[in-house]
Amino acid sequence: MTAITTRPSAGRDPALRRRRRRTPLSWLRRGGLSNLVFLLPLLVIFGVFSWGPIVESVVMSFQRTNFVVTQWVGWDNFAALLRDPLVPTAVLNTGWFALLALIFGYPIPLVVAVLMSEVRRARGLFSALAYLPVVVPPVVSVLLWKIFYDASPRGVFNTILGWVGIPPQPWIQSAATAMPSIVLEATWAAAGGTIIIYLAALTSVPPELYDAAEIDGAGIRHKIWHVTLPQLRPVLLVTFILQIIGTAQVFLEPFLLTFGGPANSTLSILQLIFRYAFQNSIGVDYGKATALSLLLALFLALFSFVYFRITKAWSDD
Amino acid sequence: MTTTTATPSGAVDAGQPVVVDPGRRRRLRHSSRPESDERTAVSVAERRRPGIRIGLGTLHLLLLILLILWGVGPLLWLLKAAVTPTQDTLQAPLAVFPHGWDWNNVVAAWTQVQIGTQFLNTVWVALGSWFVQLLVATTGGYAIAILRPAYAKVVNWLVLATLFVPGVVLLVPLYLTILHPPVIGHSLIDTFWAVWLPAGANAFNVVLVTRFFQSLPHEIFEAARTDGAGPFRLFWSIVLPMSKPIIGVVSVFAIVNAWKDFLWPRLVLTNPAVQPLSVRLPNIQSQTDLGVFLAALAISMVIPIALFLGFQGMFLRSAGLGGAVKG
Repeated sequence: MTAITTRPSAGRDPALRRRRRRTPLSWLRRGGLSNLVFLLPLLVIFGVFSWGPIVESVVMSFQRTNFVVTQWVGWDNFAALLRDPLVPTAVLNTGWFALLALIFGYPIPLVVAVLMSEVRRARGLFSALAYLPVVVPPVVSVLLWKIFYDASPRGVFNTILGWVGIPPQPWIQSAATAMPSIVLEATWAAAGGTIIIYLAALTSVPPELYDAAEIDGAGIRHKIWHVTLPQLRPVLLVTFILQIIGTAQVFLEPFLLTFGGPANSTLSILQLIFRYAFQNSIGVDYGKATALSLLLALFLALFSFVYFRITKAWSDD
Repeated sequence: MTTTTATPSGAVDAGQPVVVDPGRRRRLRHSSRPESDERTAVSVAERRRPGIRIGLGTLHLLLLILLILWGVGPLLWLLKAAVTPTQDTLQAPLAVFPHGWDWNNVVAAWTQVQIGTQFLNTVWVALGSWFVQLLVATTGGYAIAILRPAYAKVVNWLVLATLFVPGVVLLVPLYLTILHPPVIGHSLIDTFWAVWLPAGANAFNVVLVTRFFQSLPHEIFEAARTDGAGPFRLFWSIVLPMSKPIIGVVSVFAIVNAWKDFLWPRLVLTNPAVQPLSVRLPNIQSQTDLGVFLAALAISMVIPIALFLGFQGMFLRSAGLGGAVKG
């Protein structure tokens, strides 16, 4: 949001001038019609495919729809969620995914990015290599990793483990290792993006800060600890919350790798919403699905709000 | 930015820092002084010390090897497996062509599994989404940032607000909207419009373009108006040509995202004849020979990777931007 605050103040003046000059003229001659024509695509597309559905999701959470009749059911959908034993399972699984994704995917890109920022020759090659997995369509990488995760001793990863004398692992076939395996794949697919974001932030650290630290006799470790990391803090804080918001809505990886199994051990919240709405054996339940997605959105909004409050307090110190 | 004599090319430069800050800084430094002078935590003096030089060099070599194994290794394996006989891949997945290669996988993937159809569908999905996103973002951004009618502020605020609504909320109501769209009267399921139109409601694009337009020097627009240019001419002949950098960024985002998307096209494109690769691939896995399937996977990643290798700079700048703008 920094760019909003840096919006040039000069931009405000022409608007004022224009308004003063043009107030006597009619709406049409002021270009009112053409203004509307230019805004029309945005208004129509956002109205129908964004603002409308957002309002509708709130409405639908309090309704039951079976295509023919729609009736208001008050808090029934939310009560039904409380009774469903799959909801706590999905919440815990998603939390476990988010935690593992933080452990795997948060510190490593930082270390890699700091190291990469010191590369003087062919840094483009390093960046390209790190970013390459991000460019691969997620479905392709998930299906590829599904083949890597073949639990037989002849599977790709089990062959590699065999070279160093580790017995074959069940990977996505067992409830204990399925989630870490999914997170490993997700980290492979996403880490490059985080590395590039950090790298962009690292190269814009003001050089004077390092010069000043050196005058004070700081070594490399001190400079990284007292200059680099504090300068990266805003970016680190933002990538943290973005990662939480992203992982809370994880769908593709468990859906394609394990389909929520074994025994619902990798069923995520979004997968449960998807089941309620589109895969329910006893018929669609749009009300329950929108109620759960609304709860998830409210939780994320609250979490982000509290998070920014707390981190702002830190920055103010 | 306040000079009245700014030329279009100068204007683009002046406009850039607001939006494309990280990448630009890097490029600027590259052009103004040699890369080796760039300042990071390790100083030039420290770099000259043999201990640090060797240590850093070793670390970088290790990093390079790890990046190759981690980043390219799986993809190289896929390319290898795509032209390896299925039995070889099953028996010894990591052996390099123990019994020669087999182009039949690729041929079979294209002809028997008809991955070609899905490939074309993916191209259509990406192109249409790209066009709708660009249309909405540039016209909307132009109205919000440059024409600025009184209500544009409210519209801008409403667009910004959707940035804070996670996508999951939209899933069911958006599906029902596609099932029963207003005005048109018949379902859009199994038509490309079902993917194209919702793709346009991308607040991130609108924010990027609006900010870029706001940073353009307004004096030029005033001058063009004085010379008698109407709002359409101003948009088409002045604003758009000045906005090539940001149009490039939005295009990269649009095409890559369309190529990647899975959940939404899976929901609304149920007919295999219109499904893109990402939707079709998981469905054919079980009844397709492994070698052919791997060839299909390899074909699916060719275009994104080719685009990336061709426009590396733009991709990486856009990626760095992701953190800067959302921050």
